[in-house]
Amino acid sequence: MAVIPSVVLTVEGATVCLAIPGKILEIQEQGPLRAARVQFGGIVRQVSLNFVPEAGLGDYVMVHVGFAISRIDAAEAERTYKVLEEMGELEAELPPAEA
Amino acid sequence: MKYLDEYRDHRIARGLATEIAQSTTQPWVLMEICGGQTHTIMRYGLDELLPREIEIVHGPGCPVCVTPLETVDKAIALALRPDVILVSYGDMLRVPGSHSDLFRAKAQGADVRIAYSPMEAVKIARANPERKVVFLAIGFETTAPANAMAAWQARSEGLTNFSLLVSHVLVPPAIRALMVSQTNRVQGFIAPGHVCTVMGCAEYESLVRDFRVPIVVGGFEPVDILAAVLMLVRQLEAGEARLENQYVRSVSYQGNLPAQQLVGEVFEIGDQKWRGIGMIPQSGLRLREEYAAFDANRVFDLGEMSVDEPAECISARVLQGLKKPTDCAAFGMRCTPENPLGAPMVSTEGACAAYYHYRRHAVVKQEKLCQQSLQAK
Repeated sequence: MAVIPSVVLTVEGATVCLAIPGKILEIQEQGPLRAARVQFGGIVRQVSLNFVPEAGLGDYVMVHVGFAISRIDAAEAERTYKVLEEMGELEAELPPAEA
Repeated sequence: MKYLDEYRDHRIARGLATEIAQSTTQPWVLMEICGGQTHTIMRYGLDELLPREIEIVHGPGCPVCVTPLETVDKAIALALRPDVILVSYGDMLRVPGSHSDLFRAKAQGADVRIAYSPMEAVKIARANPERKVVFLAIGFETTAPANAMAAWQARSEGLTNFSLLVSHVLVPPAIRALMVSQTNRVQGFIAPGHVCTVMGCAEYESLVRDFRVPIVVGGFEPVDILAAVLMLVRQLEAGEARLENQYVRSVSYQGNLPAQQLVGEVFEIGDQKWRGIGMIPQSGLRLREEYAAFDANRVFDLGEMSVDEPAECISARVLQGLKKPTDCAAFGMRCTPENPLGAPMVSTEGACAAYYHYRRHAVVKQEKLCQQSLQAK
């Protein structure tokens, strides 16, 4: 799958402003600190959930330097994606663009 | 991967590009703030999908690039002390200071370690009570909560051998500085989606109001960026200036409140120097008085330094969107990612590195064509 190298780069390469979406596989309560095992493609990492207390099992979170910074709003994502997809379907019916 | 693959769908990207072309009737200059977005644009050739009328210029949103030279020099000086372990995000290591970089310091025997998360630095401090652990805490608003958490955690554990060398910058004051500049050409902004994930959108609303400039909060995948460009073009063509949110799957209007609360508890806003740009009032974060014991500047009494950039490097103008990396005489010749003159060639988010990785062959080809046509004459 073509997307994997950039994901590896982001998880391992310690870039400072990128965040990537991952799926919560397991919640780990550690006293006041809340963490989770989060899956990014084929990679699983421990991620702090302190800033997204509302995130639960199976949710997708945006992760930046080891911290979840948002829970992905699945309903909003689906709604906006539908609009985009319709635009793509329209394009498929058009003749190829001129160079 | 869900929430990545579908936003890299070429069918949708082409649909958006067609829509942008149909909506554009005159030239517009748009700026993406964040270096992550710059890389997406270059990597997927999005600028080439756009009509000629749309010019994309790249903003100062590369945290590594705008970390002051003095901070790099201080980090190197600290790293070379035998009692110090210097911990940094990976992409700071090759950033040139005035004489050296952290990689070279490491080769000279300095204990420099790379961390993915600032919490790893806290862990190193816990495991090495006889050493002083300094974390090079750089970043924009996106990274501030994580760095704040490291300081908070160290303080609540009572660690006495952990400190942060802070260089934190804020996006809205930088946009303000660009907009009041006499040389500004930017007519619409793609605001950084992850900064807004943390901080919310309110600050951008006041920028829209004060400068009557459209701003769209955008994501980082090709479809996100094209969708944000389309939203900006539609506003500009209609003579409107509004704040819109393209990145709704991650950004809410109020942002991440627990993260904002911790950042406010640990940091306060202050004046900040940006590498290549200079001092911007109230554009940075520094540790609060309660955290003085965790401020490397005070713990080590580093004092003030002031050093100049290499004369040949035009990164100042690149970071303000006035020049493209390929306008630089040193680009790809005397300045490469292996041997950088300036920070934007180093960082995985720097504009010069993006052009080098994805465009340098195109530049060489163009130069050859130019030379051939000159010889033909």
